[in-house]
Amino acid sequence: MSDNLLKIKDLHVMYRTDDANIYAVNGVDLSLQKGKTLGLVGETGAGKTTLALSVMRLLPDNVGFVTGGSITFDEFEVMKLSEQDMRLLRGKDISMIFQDPMTSLNPIKTVGSQIDEVLELHHPEQSATERARQVDRMMEMVGIPANRKGEYPHQFSGGMKQRIVIAIALACNPKLLLADEPTTALDVTIQAQVLTMMNRLKSQLGTSMILITHDLGIVAQICDEVAIMYAGEIVEKGTVEDIFEGTVHHPYTVGLFGAIPNLKEKTRRLHPIEGLMPDPATLPQGCYFADRCEHCTVRCRSESPQMLRVGETHRVKCHLFCNQSGV
Amino acid sequence: MGVPLIQTKNLKKFFNTPYGLLHAVDDINISINKGQTLGVVGESGCGKSTLGQLMLRLLEPTSGEILFEGDNILNYSPAQMNEMRRKMQIIFQDPFASLNPRMTVSEIIAEPLKVFNVYKKKNDMLARVFELMETVGLAERFVNTYPHELDGGRRQRIGVARALALDPKFIVCDEPVSALDVSIQAQILNLLMDLQDSQGFTYMFITHDLSVVKHISSNIAVMYLGQCVEFSDTDGLFDSPLHPYTCGLLESIPIPSLKHRKELHVMEGEVVSPIDPKPGCRFAPRCPDAKAQCTECSVPLKEVSPGHFVSCIKYL
Repeated sequence: MSDNLLKIKDLHVMYRTDDANIYAVNGVDLSLQKGKTLGLVGETGAGKTTLALSVMRLLPDNVGFVTGGSITFDEFEVMKLSEQDMRLLRGKDISMIFQDPMTSLNPIKTVGSQIDEVLELHHPEQSATERARQVDRMMEMVGIPANRKGEYPHQFSGGMKQRIVIAIALACNPKLLLADEPTTALDVTIQAQVLTMMNRLKSQLGTSMILITHDLGIVAQICDEVAIMYAGEIVEKGTVEDIFEGTVHHPYTVGLFGAIPNLKEKTRRLHPIEGLMPDPATLPQGCYFADRCEHCTVRCRSESPQMLRVGETHRVKCHLFCNQSGV
Repeated sequence: MGVPLIQTKNLKKFFNTPYGLLHAVDDINISINKGQTLGVVGESGCGKSTLGQLMLRLLEPTSGEILFEGDNILNYSPAQMNEMRRKMQIIFQDPFASLNPRMTVSEIIAEPLKVFNVYKKKNDMLARVFELMETVGLAERFVNTYPHELDGGRRQRIGVARALALDPKFIVCDEPVSALDVSIQAQILNLLMDLQDSQGFTYMFITHDLSVVKHISSNIAVMYLGQCVEFSDTDGLFDSPLHPYTCGLLESIPIPSLKHRKELHVMEGEVVSPIDPKPGCRFAPRCPDAKAQCTECSVPLKEVSPGHFVSCIKYL
């Protein structure tokens, strides 16, 4: 499709350390259309953040390497851009919000000047007064009175700091926003405020978003599409309807849903997924989930499953469904 | 009604700060029956953890009483209190910070046993360590490993085993699953509930996660700025929440189902400072139903229906 804003093809990312090679992302295919929100779900160490950092080309130098595949963003081949061109893209067309607002702001600069910094870098043609007006507008937009722009990050609460971070990320009206667990460090009531605000801004500005989270509740509330990640692979993807209301699922997705206590229904026992994610330094042969899967067969241990089509938009990477698929 | 194992009466803890008196826990009256779980929920800074530490007398209260099996433990001498500590234990939030990185798994679990000189022979003690490891589902092969070699779920199991070592009656669980992934979180919650079924522990379960608290608790206390604003059995609280804060809290949780997809209910504002709070209801500045009277006098907890207490002017 031509209206894809972001297209990731067979992406492989590896971290090279003294002890071992860590295979963090192993063949991810993803695409995101303009104006849509994709939820990227998975447990700690599944490779969610690494995937986002690769899109931003912010993998740590000399440690993290993209070893294969391609990332296409709005006509650009991200992997082939020079560092200089990439800097023009970052913050302007692609922005990222990090998990912890306490550490992503500069403690010795006022919040106003931190919003201004992005504008100055990407819109050198604007005058200082024009920029100041834009800073005011951004602060009002995220719900903070503009007269507080001369204050420092420590004078704000956690929720307000995260709003400032969002204001910085959206200052240049980016086409793509990567939000890495933007509300994990916040209380539920503040989380609701921030999510509602992000949702509103997204539709106002028409920004596409990749929302990284481990909270399936947030995904159900604000995402259009979902990708479930496990051990560096996407094991299931589809629309929110496919994932939350579909009848066929990857065993890992089933496990994730079984493990969360539900507010609306009563269950006596939770169903945890036994075992642990495989060590990304020594990934097993075959399906990476095989060791924890109750449907595991001999084939799962030897042969890596293909991404199978189980519905119009719904894909599952599991041998269980190879008879029903058309591919 | 069962017998209360532990009870607080007008429990208060104020901290002196350069800016004024911080009301961390302000007049809390709760009781937990034997074999039951009291869930304590609230946002960060509402005094949940301070309350947990007060219950174990890890902090000295400013005033009030803590009755354990009817006895006020605040009158205990240090020696009596020491003996008392065998009966009450705590599991901490962060399994990465609450275990000594220089001790092996067996040393960590055996430490309470050593402190109280429970076993004369080393072999007996080791046998007890293995028994505890089996109880919490840690394989024997981990006995000589160090915490950093284990994942978060296994580390939290060490914390649980250490808390169980002295056969306590009462355990404070201070956000024991907040630092864990959902699949691991479910393992630990199941473990805690199984242990309660088999050994009859009484828990005070502190968390900010309402779905976890609903799953594990028999009663729930909702805290806001050091005060208990609503206290009820679990079903009563979730079926008919009364306090506007509880309602707001429940509505701000994203539900993992499309049936409940809606604009999240947004509670305006943020928690105000607990330093020298103004008289009246502390939730009033954020309350959608606030009236002028709300800021005039404080509202005591009132029993609205059997076992369901709420402190709000609407129900006076």
